[in-house]
Amino acid sequence: MVNGTIGVLALQGAFQKHIEALHALGRKTQQVRCHEELKRCVALIIPGGESTTMTRLLQAGRLTNSIKTFATKHPVMGTCAGMILMSSATDEKKVEPLHIMDFQVQRNIYGTQRESFTANLNLHIKAEEPPFCGIFIRAPGATKLNRRITVLAEYQERPVLIAQDHHLAASFHPELTADNRIHRYWLSLFDEDAGKESTHFKNYASVAKP
Amino acid sequence: MSEQHKTPANNDPDQFAIKVGLAEMLKGGVIMDVTDAEQATIAEQAGAVAVMALERIPADIRKDGGIARMSDPAMIKNIQQAVSIPVMAKCRIGHFAEAQVLEALGIDFIDESEVLTPADNKHHIYKHKFKTPFVCGATDLGEALRRIGEGAAMIRTKGEAGSGDVVEAVRHMRQIQNDIKKLLSLHQEQLMTAAKELGAPYELVCYVSQHGALPVPNFSAGGIATPADAALMMQLGAQTVFVGSGIFKSDDPATRAAAIVKATTHHNDPAQLLEASTGLQPAMKGLNLNELPLEQRLANRGW
Repeated sequence: MVNGTIGVLALQGAFQKHIEALHALGRKTQQVRCHEELKRCVALIIPGGESTTMTRLLQAGRLTNSIKTFATKHPVMGTCAGMILMSSATDEKKVEPLHIMDFQVQRNIYGTQRESFTANLNLHIKAEEPPFCGIFIRAPGATKLNRRITVLAEYQERPVLIAQDHHLAASFHPELTADNRIHRYWLSLFDEDAGKESTHFKNYASVAKP
Repeated sequence: MSEQHKTPANNDPDQFAIKVGLAEMLKGGVIMDVTDAEQATIAEQAGAVAVMALERIPADIRKDGGIARMSDPAMIKNIQQAVSIPVMAKCRIGHFAEAQVLEALGIDFIDESEVLTPADNKHHIYKHKFKTPFVCGATDLGEALRRIGEGAAMIRTKGEAGSGDVVEAVRHMRQIQNDIKKLLSLHQEQLMTAAKELGAPYELVCYVSQHGALPVPNFSAGGIATPADAALMMQLGAQTVFVGSGIFKSDDPATRAAAIVKATTHHNDPAQLLEASTGLQPAMKGLNLNELPLEQRLANRGW
C-alpha cells in the first residue's frame, strides 16, 4: 500500500486542487470517474463541490456502491461536499450519504455564501502546532457523532475536522490553502512513509476523545 | 492566502479567497438559467451545480426587446427556497444598487451581465466592496483582467446569449487562451507594454505570464445548446458551462439538462458523449449569428 496511487473523485468540484496538494507531497494521483479508475487506487479523496450534483453523478455512473465497498478496505478523505457524502445521514433528502463514517451532517449550517468565512483552527496535532487557516464555503457541520469518531479541530465548539480509523472528513477546504498538513496527516494514517513526520499527531489522535 | 488572491485593488485576500473558493466548487459542472421554482427543481434534479434565477431567459429578452433589468426579488426568493444548490442572479452592468439588493437577498453569486441593458456605459461595478462574489463576461484577456481587477471572482466568456449558436463562445474562449499563450512567451521587460495594449492591470498581467492561467476560474457561456456543445467548450479550456436558453427552450428540458451534465463531466470520453447525445428531442431552434447585425449583439456590451 505504501506510496500507492491516490484517487480523487473527479465528477465535479475542486478535484484539481486536491491533485495539486497530493503532487506537492510527491504522490501519484488518479482522477476517478468510473469503477475501473477506482480499482487502481489505494485511497480516495472526495472533494468539495455540490453534494446534490455529486450524488446524481455517482448514481448515474454506478459508483455509489463501488465507493461504499472501497471504503470498507481503503482510506477515504472528504472535504465540504465530500464530508456530506461520507456521513451516515444528512438533512437533505436529495443527497444519498455513503455511510463511510458514523456521523450526521447538516448542509449549509452557517448559511449562504454571504455567511462564508475563514477561521484559524487549532489542530489537535502536536502540542505547539501553528493554527490552520480553514476556508469555510457554504460549509456543512457535523451534528451527531458516534463515539468511534475523533475530533481533530473545532470551530465555535462544533467539530470541523473529524477522523474515524483511516478516514478523515473536514467541513472546510484544506485543498484551497498552500498548507498541506491535513493531507499529510491523512496520508500518515495509512502510509508508513508519510507517517514518519507526523507520528506525534497520530499518537495524539488515537487518545483524543470528543 | 496564496498569491492568487492578492490583486492590486484588493486589500482583503481572505475575503477574495472565499469568493474564488465558491467558483472552484462549481468547476466541472453546469449552471442553468431558470425562470421559476419548477424549472429550478428540474435543473437541480438533473445535476446542475447552480442555477441562474432570471425573469426571462436571454432568447426571450432578445425577442421582447425593451429594457431588461434585475429580476423581481420575490421571484428570486421562490427559487432560493426551492433548491439547495447555489443561486445566482443578474444585475445590469454598472448598476451597483441592483447588486446591493441581490446581496441583501442572500444571493450566492451576482452576474454583472451584458444580457441585461447596461446602466452605465463607461464603468463596471467596483466588486471588491461586496461580500457576495461576482461573475463577469469577457471576450478577451484584457477585458477579463479588468473585471478581475475590479473584483470579479469568476470570468465567463460571453459567447452570444440567447442565440443557441456556439460560434461566439468558441471564438471568445480561443481568444482568451491565445492571449494567455502570447503572454507566456514574453520577457519581463515586455509585460508593461503588454498591460498597456491589453488595457489590463500590470500585476495581473504578470500573474498570467507566470502561471499561464487566469487567477480565477474561467467558465463558458452564450450559445451552448447540446451535450456536444458543452463538451466542446470544456475541451477548449472552459472549467464549467453556463446553459441559458438551451435547456428550457428545448422540447424536453429535463432529459436535455441531464444529458448536458453528463457530457460536461465526461467531456473527454467519446463513448459517454455518444450516450449523452443520443435520443434527445430537438434542440432550441436558435439564431444564425451571421444573420444577426453587430449592433444587436449582447457581447459588445461592457468595456
